[in-house]
Amino acid sequence: MNPFGYPKAEGLYDPKFEKDACGIGCITDIKGAKSHAVVADGLKILVNMTHRGATGCDPCTGDGAGILTQVPHEFFEKQLKQLDITLPKPGEYGAGMMFMPKSIQCHGTIKEITESITKQEGQFFLGWRNVPVNSSVLGEIARSSEPHIVQFFIAKNNKTSIEFERKLYIIRRQIEKEMLKLGEEFVKVYIPSLSSKTIIYKGLLLADQINQYYLDLQSKDYKSAIALVHQRFSTNTFPAWPLAQPFRFVAHNGEINTLNGNINAMRARYKSLKSDIYGDDIKKLIPFIQEGGSDTACFDNTLELLAMSNRSLPHAMMMMIPEAWGELYPMGKDRRGFYEYHSMIMEPWDGPAAMIFTDGVQVGATLDRNGLRPGKYVVTTKGKMIMSSESGVIDIPPEQIIEKGRLQPGKMILVDTEKGRVIYDHELKAGIYRSKPYRRWVEANKINIRGFNIFHEQEVVSKEELLARQLSANYTHEDIDILILKMAATAHEALGSMGYDGPIAVLSDKPKLIFEYFKQCFAQVTNPPIDPIRERLVMSLRTHIGRNRNILEEGGTCAHLFSLATPIINNEDLRRIKSKEDEGLKSITIPILFDANGGENALENALTSVCKLAEEYSQQDYSILILSDRGKNSTKAAIPSLLATGAVHHHLIKAGLRTQISILVECGDAKETMHLALLIGYGASAVNPYLVFDTIADLVKEGRLPKKVDSIQGSENFIIAVNEGLLKILSKMGISTIRSYRGAQIFEALGIADSVIEKYFCGTPSRIGGIDLPKIQEETLIIHRKGYPLKQFQPLKLEDGGEFYLRKNGEKHLWTGMSVVHLQHAVRNNDRKAFHIYSELINNQNTEHFTLRGLLRFKKTTPIPLSEVEPIESIMKRFCTGAMSFGSIGKEAHETLAIAMNSIGGKSNTGEGGEDPARFKIRPDGTNACSAIKQVASGRFGVTSEYLVSAKEIQIKIAQGAKPGEGGQLPGHKVTGEIAKTRLATPGVSLISPPPHHDIYSIEDLAQLIFDLKHANPQADVSVKLVAEAGVGTIAAGVAKAKADQITIAGYDGGTGASPLSSIKHAGVPWELGLSETQQVLVKNNLRGRVRLQTDGQLKTARDVVVACLLGAEEYGFATAPLVTIGCIMMRKCHNNTCPVGVATQDPELRKKYTGKPEHVVNFFRFITEDIRVLMAQLGFRTLKEMVGRYDLLEQRDDITHWKAKLVDMSKILHIPKEYNSVPYCSSEKQVDIVSDSLDYQIAELCVKSFTNKFVSIIDLPISNLDRAIGAVLSSLITKKYGAVGLPEDTIRINFKGIAGQSFGAFLTRGVTLNLEGEANDYVGKGLSGGKIAIRPPSNVHYEHSENVIIGNTTLYGATSGKLFVSGTAGERFAVRNSGAIAVVEGVGDHCCEYMTGGIVVVLGKTGVNFAAGMSGGIAYVYNPTHNLDLVSNLDMVDIEEMFEENDLITLKNLVTEHFAMTQSKKAKAILDNWENEKYTFVKVFPMEYKRAIQNMLPETLKEEEIIHHG
Amino acid sequence: MVNGTEFKTIPRKTPEHIDPKSRITNFEEIHHSGSTKHTEEQSSRCMDCGIPFCHTNYGCPLGNLIPEWNTLISQGKWKEAVERMLETDTFPEFTGKICPAPCEGACTMGLYNNQPVTIQEIELALAEKGFENGWIKACPPLTRNGKTIAIIGSGPAGLSAAFYLNRNGYTVKVFEKANRAGGLLTYGIPNYKLDKQKIVKRRIDLMMAEGIQFETGIEVGKDISPAYLKKQFDAVLIATGAEKARDLPISGRELKGVHFAMEFLSRQSMKLAGETLLDGIDITAKNKSVVIIGGGDTGSDCLGTSHRQGATNIVQLELTPPPPKSRAEDNPWPLWPLIYRTSSSHEEGGDRKFSVMTKEFFGENGQVKGIRCVKVNMIKENGNVKFLEIPDTDFEIKADLVLLAMGFTGPTKELPALLNLELDARQNIKVNKDMMTSVDGIFSAGDAATGQSLVVRAIASGRDAAHKIQEYLNQKATK
Repeated sequence: MNPFGYPKAEGLYDPKFEKDACGIGCITDIKGAKSHAVVADGLKILVNMTHRGATGCDPCTGDGAGILTQVPHEFFEKQLKQLDITLPKPGEYGAGMMFMPKSIQCHGTIKEITESITKQEGQFFLGWRNVPVNSSVLGEIARSSEPHIVQFFIAKNNKTSIEFERKLYIIRRQIEKEMLKLGEEFVKVYIPSLSSKTIIYKGLLLADQINQYYLDLQSKDYKSAIALVHQRFSTNTFPAWPLAQPFRFVAHNGEINTLNGNINAMRARYKSLKSDIYGDDIKKLIPFIQEGGSDTACFDNTLELLAMSNRSLPHAMMMMIPEAWGELYPMGKDRRGFYEYHSMIMEPWDGPAAMIFTDGVQVGATLDRNGLRPGKYVVTTKGKMIMSSESGVIDIPPEQIIEKGRLQPGKMILVDTEKGRVIYDHELKAGIYRSKPYRRWVEANKINIRGFNIFHEQEVVSKEELLARQLSANYTHEDIDILILKMAATAHEALGSMGYDGPIAVLSDKPKLIFEYFKQCFAQVTNPPIDPIRERLVMSLRTHIGRNRNILEEGGTCAHLFSLATPIINNEDLRRIKSKEDEGLKSITIPILFDANGGENALENALTSVCKLAEEYSQQDYSILILSDRGKNSTKAAIPSLLATGAVHHHLIKAGLRTQISILVECGDAKETMHLALLIGYGASAVNPYLVFDTIADLVKEGRLPKKVDSIQGSENFIIAVNEGLLKILSKMGISTIRSYRGAQIFEALGIADSVIEKYFCGTPSRIGGIDLPKIQEETLIIHRKGYPLKQFQPLKLEDGGEFYLRKNGEKHLWTGMSVVHLQHAVRNNDRKAFHIYSELINNQNTEHFTLRGLLRFKKTTPIPLSEVEPIESIMKRFCTGAMSFGSIGKEAHETLAIAMNSIGGKSNTGEGGEDPARFKIRPDGTNACSAIKQVASGRFGVTSEYLVSAKEIQIKIAQGAKPGEGGQLPGHKVTGEIAKTRLATPGVSLISPPPHHDIYSIEDLAQLIFDLKHANPQADVSVKLVAEAGVGTIAAGVAKAKADQITIAGYDGGTGASPLSSIKHAGVPWELGLSETQQVLVKNNLRGRVRLQTDGQLKTARDVVVACLLGAEEYGFATAPLVTIGCIMMRKCHNNTCPVGVATQDPELRKKYTGKPEHVVNFFRFITEDIRVLMAQLGFRTLKEMVGRYDLLEQRDDITHWKAKLVDMSKILHIPKEYNSVPYCSSEKQVDIVSDSLDYQIAELCVKSFTNKFVSIIDLPISNLDRAIGAVLSSLITKKYGAVGLPEDTIRINFKGIAGQSFGAFLTRGVTLNLEGEANDYVGKGLSGGKIAIRPPSNVHYEHSENVIIGNTTLYGATSGKLFVSGTAGERFAVRNSGAIAVVEGVGDHCCEYMTGGIVVVLGKTGVNFAAGMSGGIAYVYNPTHNLDLVSNLDMVDIEEMFEENDLITLKNLVTEHFAMTQSKKAKAILDNWENEKYTFVKVFPMEYKRAIQNMLPETLKEEEIIHHG
Repeated sequence: MVNGTEFKTIPRKTPEHIDPKSRITNFEEIHHSGSTKHTEEQSSRCMDCGIPFCHTNYGCPLGNLIPEWNTLISQGKWKEAVERMLETDTFPEFTGKICPAPCEGACTMGLYNNQPVTIQEIELALAEKGFENGWIKACPPLTRNGKTIAIIGSGPAGLSAAFYLNRNGYTVKVFEKANRAGGLLTYGIPNYKLDKQKIVKRRIDLMMAEGIQFETGIEVGKDISPAYLKKQFDAVLIATGAEKARDLPISGRELKGVHFAMEFLSRQSMKLAGETLLDGIDITAKNKSVVIIGGGDTGSDCLGTSHRQGATNIVQLELTPPPPKSRAEDNPWPLWPLIYRTSSSHEEGGDRKFSVMTKEFFGENGQVKGIRCVKVNMIKENGNVKFLEIPDTDFEIKADLVLLAMGFTGPTKELPALLNLELDARQNIKVNKDMMTSVDGIFSAGDAATGQSLVVRAIASGRDAAHKIQEYLNQKATK
């Protein structure tokens, strides 16, 4: 237990994975005039963002809400007078808010301690006040954990108010630390705020409960010029009052992805912290990060330290959340200098963030560099500034608006209530970055290491020595032939396909490097991954090496560091670093070797002495520590470099010396991107993987690289490929810079004992135990002896490997020739015997320590007769085929699966490539090829209203087992006519799936998408597909709260049509872990009953299904096995389009080889089901439903003797939480209805008559930001009746006034026109399917239309057709992934037209940066008087052309004319009035591929027409 | 694969053999591999499968790294390809010529368009390149471990075991009862398929250069006591093959001119090498009407040898009906294709008759003159095969020489009896999963333990035995 109130870790539940997101808002009186109205408006904002929060299993308990205001002096004065306490003047006293435990016994002690600490610190304690509350409004859960809430008051005894604030900070920290010492109930003491300026009222409340609960807030005397509010959406239902926000300085919407690393880095600084301001008092603050807090709590703690010291609050924010400042970013030199300087002092707190911060005088807001959370603001004529997550959170008459704006990525805005003005980004930051000579400091002190690539002298290594080095680092032929060769030759990582079907490292017979025991974590739902290619400009690998100085100090010496463009350094770079003797940059090498004959503690002893040496050196004048494994021989083995790095890193953190020294690693064992990422993730600043370079030199010598690649170029290529891979790994987790990734430990260990984790990889989740240090030593020595054998009879030779492609002497695989052949034989000949051989092969392999489920067995139970078990038909309904797109597999294969699944009542899944509408109808022969599950993935290919209404289930694919957190690309040459048709794209034009869904950056966004989809098809269930990783259970709880009907937990080993090999194996964990964690956490939160759980990932036999069922899954997904039944022979060539059996190819010639039939698939599922029934009978279950979640019937086998597998501990997977007795542990109810009372639903009802008779109807309606997904239900009804054709244009016209909520016009279909006078929030025109939307400001506004923000972010996402006219500026990502809609807008934010593949976008005003990134199709016309759009555009895929084609001018003029007609835009009018001049101020953005494709198409189209004419 | 699409565009092509008419005039080898360019092109047809069926379960018993060689050759990296081949392929110069190539039967290209990659020819080309360039050379162990092994029999299994044990530091002595080492390779397989002097001897010489000692002309059990071997060596491996031929005990079997195939073939081999025939009796087909009973590889070898010896007329009989031209439904890829095959000997002439059962040999003066046969129907019943005579289909074939090539039933009895080794139900030497016989320290590999099989399986078995013997001795050392 800690003050934050999460439950303890238990089973697979761990509170550290808890996440939250939310809505934030603030209203400020710019001149600082205090009033109760501000407070009341603040609370109104809160209520209007209710949909951004969530309720748990108890509808009356929210996840938390709160308000921060200035200290309401007038109010307190009156209140305290009643208690006979006289308050000094405002600012002369501090007010504290305190949550005490309920039990009265400890109150006395708490008060005593508080008072005595106040006295010790030389301040005057004034008294206590019980905060009056109305507990009756609380929900049951909130009430059960309600604290006793008191206030206390301390009078100032310092000169300045900042000194007094610091004193209050010191007092608070000491009270907190004292309480921890007392333990038990006392740790529950929590102080939301103690300040002379601000006070926070918060709790486990719903937005509308807060002022009913806190009676103070109702008082008219309660006045403030600032009201900062926060509405929380957490991924759990646990009662945690203190985690409600705001915190003392910030309210945060988003998530800090790098938290672990940030906390470690801050801890490492504790000892080096010095400040004249605090003197010795600084010790009283340490540790200033409170244990157990959320990411925001930790952020707030750190910000508090910085802002309470010598930096201003905005300055501290700029350090912690720097904007992007890389070379690709257009930015001034002073500003860049500031960021570069601070990057040398502190690592960013990276992740999606919209933050509002205040110290009670200034109120500001900032966004992260990616702008992944929305931030809007309004300035009114009444002197108010409102900032919030959404527009329209408070009613402001349009005529009172002076300015409407949005925060742009990385930008900041501030209201200074003392100065009485709004300060914008440029002015605000210039004041800070020019306050000290930051740029000069950097220029004078930084030493650039890279810049030329000359290898001083490549060490000549004999073949024999090279082999010894390679073998003792576990190199195989495969590592060289597949991975290194490809990287050295092409500077890219190798691609592969299908899933990983080998054992995890701890279950493998082969000795493995310790790297192999780790899996990458990745972002899903609560934070988005980034696109490291198309959004490269926000990413950075720049690395600084040297001594980090005291974070509280400023000056040039802080910048005296080596600067590297990438953390992967070649031998020459390392030589230069080693040879530098500068003060502050001296390096020392520690050999990381151990005595190969040194007995069983040799490794541990060596680690201890390495750590000791590191500690000694870092206290001397060395600032760079090089851990080197050079010098291996038959008596000296290398300590695994990762183990050494983790050991030194954590040892130095504990010793408080970590910031004194940078760790460099010179090692032979790291050869894959994953290995290098691990070294950096566990603290290495840079790595020199010298053996890879040796290997490349040898490959060059042997002539195995292309002629133009010499060993220097080969090594460079390798580094470039690794850089690309590192960016991908970072971005998978939503992290932008390697500086914040370093030491962030974004990994999960799989098969490492706790004893090792605690000592060397502290803080890393490791949930199945595994190898301990003696075992690591044993394994290391086995590998070492391959290169340095005790007795050598033959020259050394590499082994095959066989990890990626099966080899006889290589790694084991579940899919072998035998299993493939027997399965195919079984289903083709309906041969049960062959199926049993197949099942035995798989199950035996399973139980031969191949998979985690293989380590389990069924307990003995009383069997029942087989005849009593439910029939196969009802069981088969629970089967699905995995999401495989038409595109990844061929048309025939795709349809076979659909027909087969429909015939057994199961469900097939479209995958993310859309589906031919012809398949939505049952065929004349009665077959049904319509996939029951329609997938909605990040590319939104073919996601139209028609597609969605044809679904029984709509699946949101958050991640895919083979490559979670990554996007994909279907290269243009694979986009055939047929694929283009179903994906609504242009043949020959590349299709990119972005890594994130651009409408899901956080959990409340997912809730919104679920809301949208349920409106787009009210009959369909919505499911969410996640991939197993530590913390997935917590995410799943959030998803359940977001109202999903079903959750799929996919294993890491699922298949893919194409993915970098490094992702197939290294990201995510087996489904057994993910499923069990999800089951446990959902039960713990009492959310399990609301959702159905599905699992997939290499399910192959009935035993697999039964284990999955017992662990909690009620539905089962199969992908690879059904593919094998229809002919797949695991060629693993899907990515090459050369599938010789015609399954995974679009090549017409190869598709002729396809022989699969629906019967084969049906036979497979029948066999599986028959076997399931046998197992059910054996276990004593009559129905499958009874069996779901009964993992009490599983136990770990005790007969395992395998040298590594026997160390695995499955007890956490089999842990049964105590809640199991009291709440449902399988699906028991329908998810809450969120459709039938929405405005959208009512509109549909209003229009029924009109569309059934095709009458024209016009409706006028008011709208507010609570009304979301408008048009979706109506569209679904029209589409169901008329298909994609819809109604004649403008049949239904709806005129709205007000501020529309998110997803305005989602999936709007042909025939419906929405006119909005007012503004709209994010996701306007999402999936637009032919409808028309026009948005214009109210006529009575004073501000300039086109300059002001009128719609939110992510507009027209996945739109396929239709039109959008916006008279005003849009936010980020306008027309992202648009594939056919036409839009006119008067200004846009960053990333406009990203991933666009079709349609036309006209921008009549300014654009942000990264215009046209990943834009492969469509056309944009941009008003660009300076003709310098190329400055801010991403020109990788597009050309910018002048408007010389008459056709373009006609199209453009027509659109501008239509825009004016629809919106009466002044801007449009001005342009039209002066058309002859203005037309030349436009430029045309034309994707190169699209241009080619159109040119290629022209003659063909002509030909076709000719034929028609002649015919 | 270079582009990955060659398999679609390049057809399978094997180099043409020497013209049958000219080749039957001598015993010279008839195989030769294609040009470098040809091989490189053919190897590019390999699809580099995720599950290379050529290499596992259904394919090569040695687990040859076929996709690797193919990739390397197609890129012109011959030396690397040879090195990669030698990791698993013990005697590529043998298997490149005489293996029936299960790898090709399992090749995915067989599924794709019935034109498997020419793996065997590629293997041969690699072997030849390897010897030509000195890449295949003697690799004596860098040191000796002091342990000694006796191997009885120098056929493919014995040679393979000797090869691996020696390379891993063991001192190996191979005992061979014949005058020359090689067993079946030397005496069974005709020279025109595998040249004894150029190919087999080259390998034996290489192995001797690596330090293996061959004791030829010594029969264990006659010339030397097996008990002595057991005492003198740390382990003994019996690799004597399945020498006992299946007989046809029907009337007239005792007639002169009715011989087991091996009696016929080994004599030809001895004559070519200039060895004295054991009993001085020659068996020749010259100017004779020859009937070969049995349609397998040995039958084919008899056929080719008879051609070369100058037979006037040759008939080959097969009890079973002719297999189908292409795979039957119950014989899908990647199973070994049971199809009608034409061996090189068949190309050279002779008459093949199917569904024929031999009822009787008849002769004059104790010399066979012909055989009496009947046509049969093959019936499958509960997995058992039966042959039913078709009434009134009796016929006779003239025969001066009858060669029985009906397979082998197991090892000769004498040696196992001397050592008190248990036999299994099929009369082979019984071994456990560690390939050890019922007597500690005595192992058996190859046909002696498994029954009659392919040369490539014998090589694989010998290699496995080498591993098992090492494990055994290592364990013994740690005890």
